[in-house]
Amino acid sequence: MAKVRGSIVVNIDRCKGCEICMISCPTGTIAMAEEVNSKGYNFAYPANPDLCIGCANCAIVCPDGVITVYKTKI
Amino acid sequence: MAEVTGIKEIIKPENLVYKRTGIMTDTVLSYCPGCGHGTAHRILAELIEEEGLQSKAIGVSPVGCSVLLYNFLDIDWQEAAHGRAPAVATAIKRLLPDRFVFTYQGDGDLAAIGTAETIHACNRGENFLIIFINNGIYGMTGGQMAPTTIPGMKSSTSPFGRDVRMMGNPLKMTDIVATLPGTYYVTRQSVHTPANVKKTKRALRKAIQYQFHNKGTCFVEIVSNCPSGWKMTPVESIRWMEENMLPFYPLGDMKVPDEKTGK
Repeated sequence: MAKVRGSIVVNIDRCKGCEICMISCPTGTIAMAEEVNSKGYNFAYPANPDLCIGCANCAIVCPDGVITVYKTKI
Repeated sequence: MAEVTGIKEIIKPENLVYKRTGIMTDTVLSYCPGCGHGTAHRILAELIEEEGLQSKAIGVSPVGCSVLLYNFLDIDWQEAAHGRAPAVATAIKRLLPDRFVFTYQGDGDLAAIGTAETIHACNRGENFLIIFINNGIYGMTGGQMAPTTIPGMKSSTSPFGRDVRMMGNPLKMTDIVATLPGTYYVTRQSVHTPANVKKTKRALRKAIQYQFHNKGTCFVEIVSNCPSGWKMTPVESIRWMEENMLPFYPLGDMKVPDEKTGK
């Protein structure tokens, strides 16, 4: 069976660190960074990129639209 | 633009599944972290793009947190006086009947100062879409009690919770307008989970298409959170909303047109 792999791109500067993407991610790919962005928010980042399935749940709930999602079958 | 990425090999144009729509401008949203306004703006922008309405859409922005909405969506806008968006939209739609006209209002705008305009526009059956963001609080002015604050809910002017014997009962605007003969499609949705965002987008798409049927007002309420006004983290506010707001404001369609007769 073909395995679906995904990848996300997070725009750090726009992220406000609300964590809604983190709780919406079904595979636990996303975590909040220890570092902060230029506004002082802990931004979201793909902590476990191998788990991403490209479902786009994070991008759909993100209030600031900071996440771009890519998906492929391998 | 600083970015963090997952697996780099997958990031190719042909693998793209989700990207922020171009209808949204590059202006950073003025909302607090986790606010449902941003999600509501984005799905509205996506629908305007998908339905090809960028040159035909005219929005009427309210007074409240979303007062700067005209900076965020790249379409035509008109700012209305506080609560008077349905009156302004009535004029726009009557003068330019081929345009897609909508108002975007919060609960302080639509259910408090603008109650009369809202009810009369819906009762006359003015042919535009009203998007009503209900977070049960006056968010912009500092979290005071609004007409939509649910019983027992704490706000800065009801610090021990809303006591309905003293402060009166909350106003369910969506239930009220659903009983009026002028409305065509009335629904209540939310944007706090991916599934709810998809449902809201479907409801808004229907409401946009119904406007071109010229059958009456479409009214879409979006129950939202206000982490700053509720004094919670965004994740806590979503949990609180699921446990307290949604039982009081149950989601679902209140008035749907009959598919066969179209009435």
